[in-house]
Amino acid sequence: MKALVIGCGRVGSAVALELHRVGWEVTAVDENEAALSRLGDRWAGGFVVGHGMDLDVLGKAGIADADAVVVATDGDNTNLVIGQLAQKQFGIEATVVRVLDPARARLYSELGLWTISPTSTAITALTDAVQTFAEKAGAEA
Amino acid sequence: MYIVIAGGGQIGANLARSVHALGHEATLIEQRRGRFDRLEDEFEERIQLGDATEIHVLERAGLARPPDLVVAVTGDDEDNLIICQIAREHFGVGKVIARVNDPRNQHYFDLLGIMPTISATSIILAMIEHEVPEHGLVHLLELRQEELEIVEVQLDETSPSVGKRVDGLDLPPGSRLISVMRGGRASLAEGDTELRAGDQVLAVLERGKEDALRRVFLKS
Repeated sequence: MKALVIGCGRVGSAVALELHRVGWEVTAVDENEAALSRLGDRWAGGFVVGHGMDLDVLGKAGIADADAVVVATDGDNTNLVIGQLAQKQFGIEATVVRVLDPARARLYSELGLWTISPTSTAITALTDAVQTFAEKAGAEA
Repeated sequence: MYIVIAGGGQIGANLARSVHALGHEATLIEQRRGRFDRLEDEFEERIQLGDATEIHVLERAGLARPPDLVVAVTGDDEDNLIICQIAREHFGVGKVIARVNDPRNQHYFDLLGIMPTISATSIILAMIEHEVPEHGLVHLLELRQEELEIVEVQLDETSPSVGKRVDGLDLPPGSRLISVMRGGRASLAEGDTELRAGDQVLAVLERGKEDALRRVFLKS
């Protein structure tokens, strides 16, 4: 199975490494060549330098026969646009898009795009942590 | 009419001034603090500070009314796309206009159905092609929503249509000649107009008819 990871920052590189470890054939895309170093010296997957919206770059990275696409550049809007391309033009159902803004993440998930908002996850985890602490303190008092 | 303009650069600010002068109500959205400060004295309550791709910023600009028209003219194509999508899908805005900064991104606007789009680069390129002598077929205007385009064809001695009357041409269905420019003078294309080498012919045609029209006027 082939996966494309667009945006090879902290999140993208870790996703690429993990998918590769569990057996996926992974190609990472980043406009910055230095991002390749995040994948380590022994990276055996593919790496294409270029902007994730550039159709030539995506073609070179093999989007036409990808089974899954993870979009995690540092721009929410760039991610939403690339994600819609993968979904609508290439028909890749397993297209997952990182969107930091929870409001936009919710709206686009209503529109049928698979969005993940790390911000929402952090908000829930932090609130839960405080609540759990308060409950424990309350029980002890 | 109520219009929201996203992007307070040269294009956005001048657009806001112009539509206001025409008697329309317009709100401008600008995210750069420095630029906003300079424009605020002039636009007062008709400008909002913020990222126009954030839903709460759009709400502040009155998107919930909703406006009759949203114009996205920021310097970032992804932002312009997302602004138009949110305006349409979330706020139910009926009409949007988007600026395309990099013509290579036109594909995304077409794919996501964001139209009409305006690209200064594409317009200037068409003008340049129009100025080049013996330019073959040039796109002058694309009416995306109507799925029509207006093209200009320059005829030379090798053109298969030279010496023929307009009503004797085998024009593809879905195309029509508008005018013939000869020696610096334009006249409407009538059935009895005879075409000559050097003529510049304007034609209106449906999308996809271009190759057929090319075969009528240009040597293959």
